[in-house]
Amino acid sequence: MGFRVFLLICVVLAAGVFGMARFIGNDYAFFAGYVVLQFIVMAQAWNILGGYTGYVNFGSAAFFALGAYTAVFFHKFHPLPIPLLMGLGGVVSGLAGLGMGYLALRLRGAFFAIATLALAVVLQTLVVNWNYVGGSRGAYVIRPESAWLIGNYVHYLFLLMLALAVLAIVTARTIERSRLGYGFAAIRDDELAAEAAGVPTLRLKLIATTLSGAFMGMAGAPFPYYIGYVQPTAAFGLDYAVNAIAMPMIGGTGTWIGPLVGAILVASLQQWATVTISSELSLLVVGFLLVGFVIVAPGGIVGLVGRYLPASRGGRKSKRADAP
Amino acid sequence: MMNVSIDLLINALVAGVLLGGFYAAVTIGVSISFGILDIVNIAHPAFIILGSYIAYILNARLGIDPIVASLIMLPAFYGLGGLVYQIYHAAFERHGQESLRGLAFFFGLLFITEVVLILGFGVDYRYVTASYIGPSLHWGVVDLPLRMLVPCLVSLALFIALQAFLSGTFIGRAIMAVAQDQLALQLMACSPRQIKRIAFAISIATTSIAGALLIVIQPVEPSIGREYIGRVFAICVLGGLGSLPGMLIGAMLVGIVESLTSTFYGPSWAPAVAFGFLLITLALRPAGLLGR
Repeated sequence: MGFRVFLLICVVLAAGVFGMARFIGNDYAFFAGYVVLQFIVMAQAWNILGGYTGYVNFGSAAFFALGAYTAVFFHKFHPLPIPLLMGLGGVVSGLAGLGMGYLALRLRGAFFAIATLALAVVLQTLVVNWNYVGGSRGAYVIRPESAWLIGNYVHYLFLLMLALAVLAIVTARTIERSRLGYGFAAIRDDELAAEAAGVPTLRLKLIATTLSGAFMGMAGAPFPYYIGYVQPTAAFGLDYAVNAIAMPMIGGTGTWIGPLVGAILVASLQQWATVTISSELSLLVVGFLLVGFVIVAPGGIVGLVGRYLPASRGGRKSKRADAP
Repeated sequence: MMNVSIDLLINALVAGVLLGGFYAAVTIGVSISFGILDIVNIAHPAFIILGSYIAYILNARLGIDPIVASLIMLPAFYGLGGLVYQIYHAAFERHGQESLRGLAFFFGLLFITEVVLILGFGVDYRYVTASYIGPSLHWGVVDLPLRMLVPCLVSLALFIALQAFLSGTFIGRAIMAVAQDQLALQLMACSPRQIKRIAFAISIATTSIAGALLIVIQPVEPSIGREYIGRVFAICVLGGLGSLPGMLIGAMLVGIVESLTSTFYGPSWAPAVAFGFLLITLALRPAGLLGR
């Protein structure tokens, strides 16, 4: 399937989703759907770094929060249209990702993961102490009543997040099938060997961290308008970091399908459990799913399907044969 | 005016040393699991909070002193540690793909522990009662609050006991050896897996004591453990992986600098200190102060 065909399919599907949601006309569907879409973007973003290059980022929440706080800052400074804010959030978080990439220069494996956690806390401390964006008290962002052409503002935010999700999916798939993606995979499988074979590992790692950070920032930028009130402990919360890791892990890392499947499944399950049981219990479910999947099904859902579906068994088997 | 600020400085330094002593108890388990065994147990702080809550329950229901309670619970935590290692080994270590999925596994454990505690006890702060919480010793201008001094002393006792165990007993030396050469250990008729299980179980057992010390020092709520994730790894890396004395120095350094920061710049900046340290150490000297 070519790039254009895939893009077209995605856009048509997205238009279908939006049309369906409008047809149902339930505002709650938009509220819940927004969260699912947001996590599709977060999961794809995490997967670009974690799934493709094998560098675990525990600080996803910080990139998300940076995007959100960029929006808060401009809301106080000079209100801008949200698509522009998403771009700016992407730039800020992308730069933070680039900085994190320079850390990856020296750090491998677990050290990198711990450093991302540390970076998240440093950024949170900075925001807590920055009074202009509300400090530890948080900031209120009053969203406009309605949006041009769309009407309901939440519908507008939903549409923007839908577009971003399409962008993230198409980007992830394009990376996977390009020289960039092969370079990433080489880093993941054996960085030293990749380096020796002439793969520009440093440049590729910087591209991966920047892209991943930028998408997380873009996902975070509309968040203050969606939620109405941003507070550091909520925006930097562990929930985002856990979800961003759990969704690709549950769906299957390394391909764009895995995070998509994982995000839709886990985020919908969470939305359902939050309404029917409690939000804490829904988080517990995610925790157990994450631990269960990493122990029992290393390839995630995509891996499970691949194992039991005869169509793709041939490819799997030949891969197995190479393994020691 | 000058006197006041010198008093303040001395007190901040003393408080920092006491805090650092406590950090040693929090970090010593990670020093064993991460530093010696190469198991990145980022759920360690979650186990510490679990220890705090168990000390709290025993204290509130039965009136047992929290530190005594933590000593009673040591075997249970040891068993828990052994169990976690069995799962970790069977699912990840055996296949040699512990890095990414192992990290996610411990991250999940951390998250589950936290949410279970929230479900069980809510997000209210819990505290314990003991005779040494409240009074202070005064020595010239220096204040020595007993609720900091007692944890510091218990922590140092734990440090000395573990250091003696690791360097003086057969199993302790085997634990140090497993980090260096597993094959050589096998030739000495020791199972590396069994030694690692014992070592990991010990590292989790320390969280029982560290948890009790934590709840003596400050009221505890389930998500407080997150603050300690970065801190313990910062201290561990700062001191040098696999070096217990280095870890103690690192803990003291972080404790003192955090105490000075919160005294002179305000407590809200203190968490960034440990992480700043960590990032600088990782960037400049990844081997740490006394690294192997």
